[in-house]
Amino acid sequence: MSIFLNSGSTVIVQGITGGEGTKHTALMLKAGTNVVGGVNARKAGTTVSHKDADGNDVELPVFGSVAEAMKETGADVSVAFVPPAFTKDACIEAIDAGIGLLVVITEGVPVQDTAEVFAYLDGNSTRMIGPNCPGIITPGEALAGITPATIAGKGPVGLVSKSGTLTYQMMFELRDFGFSTAIGIGGDPVIGTTHIDALAAFEADPDTEAIVMIGEIGGDAEERAADYIKANVTKPVVGYVAGFTAPEGKTMGHAGAIVSGSSGTAQAKKEALEAAGVKVGKTPSETASLMREILQSR
Amino acid sequence: MEYQAKELFAKHGVAVTAGEVATTPEEAQAAAERMGTCVVKAQVKAGGRGKAGGVKLAKTPEEARQHAEAILGMEIKGLTVHRVLIAPAASIEEEYYFSFLLDRANRRYLCIASVEGGVEIEEVAKTNPDAVKQIAIDPGTGVDEAKAREIVAEAGFPDVLTDQAVAMVQSLWTVFTEEDATLVEVNPLARLAGDTLEALDGKVSLDDNADFRHPEHASFTDEAAADPLEAKAKEKGLNYVKLDGAVGIIGNGAGLVMSTLDVVAYAGEAHGGVTPANFLDIGGGASAQVMADGLDVILGDEQVKSVFVNVFGGITSCDAVANGIVGALDILGDDATKPLVVRLDGNNVEEGRRILDERNHPLVTLVETMDGAADKAAELAHAAK
Repeated sequence: MSIFLNSGSTVIVQGITGGEGTKHTALMLKAGTNVVGGVNARKAGTTVSHKDADGNDVELPVFGSVAEAMKETGADVSVAFVPPAFTKDACIEAIDAGIGLLVVITEGVPVQDTAEVFAYLDGNSTRMIGPNCPGIITPGEALAGITPATIAGKGPVGLVSKSGTLTYQMMFELRDFGFSTAIGIGGDPVIGTTHIDALAAFEADPDTEAIVMIGEIGGDAEERAADYIKANVTKPVVGYVAGFTAPEGKTMGHAGAIVSGSSGTAQAKKEALEAAGVKVGKTPSETASLMREILQSR
Repeated sequence: MEYQAKELFAKHGVAVTAGEVATTPEEAQAAAERMGTCVVKAQVKAGGRGKAGGVKLAKTPEEARQHAEAILGMEIKGLTVHRVLIAPAASIEEEYYFSFLLDRANRRYLCIASVEGGVEIEEVAKTNPDAVKQIAIDPGTGVDEAKAREIVAEAGFPDVLTDQAVAMVQSLWTVFTEEDATLVEVNPLARLAGDTLEALDGKVSLDDNADFRHPEHASFTDEAAADPLEAKAKEKGLNYVKLDGAVGIIGNGAGLVMSTLDVVAYAGEAHGGVTPANFLDIGGGASAQVMADGLDVILGDEQVKSVFVNVFGGITSCDAVANGIVGALDILGDDATKPLVVRLDGNNVEEGRRILDERNHPLVTLVETMDGAADKAAELAHAAK
């Protein structure tokens, strides 16, 4: 088991013919993902050449729309690598087509576009992850995104993180245990899937025994996740928050990672998580050690 | 800044008196001569300008010149004042507060309005929270005239102002959506003598991600106020923030770099309290040129005594990163003078470490773990002080 993505997932790529789309389609196939085609309205009817996980040549069809791709292939997951200016339309197209899981990798999407897409999700069946995220990996089963599949294998840890490279770092630290699913939810101010959504899914997933939650300064998502954990999560949770020493009022790369005023600081998040019974590490390695203790005492 | 917010307000039909921007006392005097009694207001991206002495009433052009002379060059919250706004003095009957903003927690928009007090809105929010109305806005439907009427009624604007308020709310909504703002604030929104409604001061925060739709927003960047190293980094397309410490930081990915700053600050506690000198995220690529550009900016910071390169090879493989570092040192040649502590992990790490070992550059120390490397970088920075 896993959350949101497994070996039965059938994946298409929006923007499969672009540079990033081409590169990561190859890596997703190599990771064993069942990628069955892609979408680019201007190149509909053509195919793209790739190799599957066993090194065999495959020709993937390019469709004119998500709806057509779903009808022809039975896809239930779409990974979007489209430029920021076209991301809103690509998302709405996928939602209209009724895709089950939409993973938006694109960085730099205007926040009003994302807010509009999020409002559009209401009443539809699609789950969106991202934008501006590394996506989701269920090691040994499937990868929908850009997380390196070689870092860690299958195991009992569920991981949810705002940051891409911290996801990789934490998977690396705990590679001897492995992961049920690792999901990067993205650092933008508005995102489709939150820490709470992932925590709820990990709590319900029988293969996840413990959860690592990585946050960073800005907003109050971690504080709200802490409240949720206190009320709903029985599995052990270990936390890490980046940005303790970040100065106020400066944006650190992620649009969301800005501290203004006292709320949203790493310290406030750490205290909220600890009050909910979550052990919080000061550094990634200390966080991994806390998880290691929990897993070894099983 | 206020004058820029007012330009955006005027562009979208919000009732506002723009005033005139002056960069010298003489310009301020000339503007005051055209206006009569006026207010001289410091233009910086910070609140509390009035309390800092950056807003003064001038009854004569000569007084406007004197105030401008005092305010120009003044520091408010660490920002130097390079411009003042000369605005006609208004006869204010009542002050209100109004804003549209992104509500991150609920992933929609929020309107905040209060008819009790404008400037002191934070105080009102504490002492009388019921007087500060919050109205949720669905990004799918936005604000039409009916929604604007609902907002105005909920906020409790006086009847005599209702129609003006509805028009203003709609215009402010246009500013919010057309300019891709994350905040549009009017404070104070004033009821002037004769029952007219006017935006006396305002603030607009724009979404950088939407710059591609708004090439004209580039003119809002305050070149003069920007740190020279930050300006240089921006020119090279680097995501750099200048800080105050002695350990230069280069990493890939915003989260990992923020985490690196923390780990260096903790390590610094044992080494004379040295702290990070900057935030620099070189992103996924980490080519030799990007690495060289990054090192060039960091080595240009006189406060830097050592540099910590912290890279996790995800998609990028570590051999590419190692080649980037070696290439960067070759490009910089004798300009590279400060010790570099490098930590590489992830994709193809053995090859990456081999490249650095083989090159055996006298300035480069390779350390296996992030914590160990942070400690080494802090130690070197402290020793060099």
